[in-house]
Amino acid sequence: MIAHAIVFYIFSLIAIVSAIMVTVSKNTVNSVFFLILDFISISCLFIMIGAEFLGMIMLIVYVGAVAVLFLFVVMMLNVAQQKNEWFNSSGRSSHIPVGLLVSIIIFFELIIVIGGWKYKPDLLDSIAIEINTDLTNTQSLGSVIYTDYIHLFQLSGMVLLVAMIGAIVLTFRQRSGVKRQSYFKQISRDRKDGIELVDVENNKGVKIDA
Amino acid sequence: MLSIGLGHYLTLAAIIFTIGIVGIFLNRKNIIVILMSIELILLAVNINLVSFSIFINDLSGQVFTLFILTVAAAEAAIGLAIIVVYYRNSGTIRVEEIDKLKG
Repeated sequence: MIAHAIVFYIFSLIAIVSAIMVTVSKNTVNSVFFLILDFISISCLFIMIGAEFLGMIMLIVYVGAVAVLFLFVVMMLNVAQQKNEWFNSSGRSSHIPVGLLVSIIIFFELIIVIGGWKYKPDLLDSIAIEINTDLTNTQSLGSVIYTDYIHLFQLSGMVLLVAMIGAIVLTFRQRSGVKRQSYFKQISRDRKDGIELVDVENNKGVKIDA
Repeated sequence: MLSIGLGHYLTLAAIIFTIGIVGIFLNRKNIIVILMSIELILLAVNINLVSFSIFINDLSGQVFTLFILTVAAAEAAIGLAIIVVYYRNSGTIRVEEIDKLKG
């Protein structure tokens, strides 16, 4: 129990500090690295409390894909040199105290909700899918998402497909002045387009207008 | 203090959620950090769902988290694509200078 508490506090401390560093870091690349650290520590917490599959998926999806995507975009856009001008920004910075105020209010509202909250007495009777302790977490998730939630699962696949197509369509750029092969044009050429027969008179050249 | 319950996880999620909101409000640098803050907020929501799912012994929270992960990945991809297109068109992604809509 004590080990559980110590590990929880260590990981959550790392998660909170790195979340703060994501927002205040001077360099965007550092922000991405701290985001990766944040996801790793949270997925360690997930694995610790028994949601192993989600912890691992979180590592794969976020650290392996999303964070690398962020890094690529930061690299491509050349924003790493831009200095952070947070609190010493010039002139109109009236949104900073308002933003801080709103955030603090939101935080205390959440804390009040967490502090004064109790289970509804019949909550434990209304469990949709009870966790079977004989199966591993991955097995029980798999036995649910491929049967009960199959439509939602396939719809989320469609969401990913649409996102992929959308990202490609958005960033696809047709450069002007680039020569490229057009197979259709090549194949659909016939003899009349390519060749012109000219009668050449004696002792006179042929004037070719290109 | 030493027995970690649901409240601890919910508090952690609340702290990370608030940090994400602070990141959205106070950012003046570039939009990428705002996208990262959105990822932090989604992460906090995932912590809530997973901890509820574990502590009341119901698997459906984890299924929901799986779908949130999917949507978050799609959102990050689309958002970054939009940022790339915007940078290509206007040459900046500083939050202060993005005022095409005059909002």
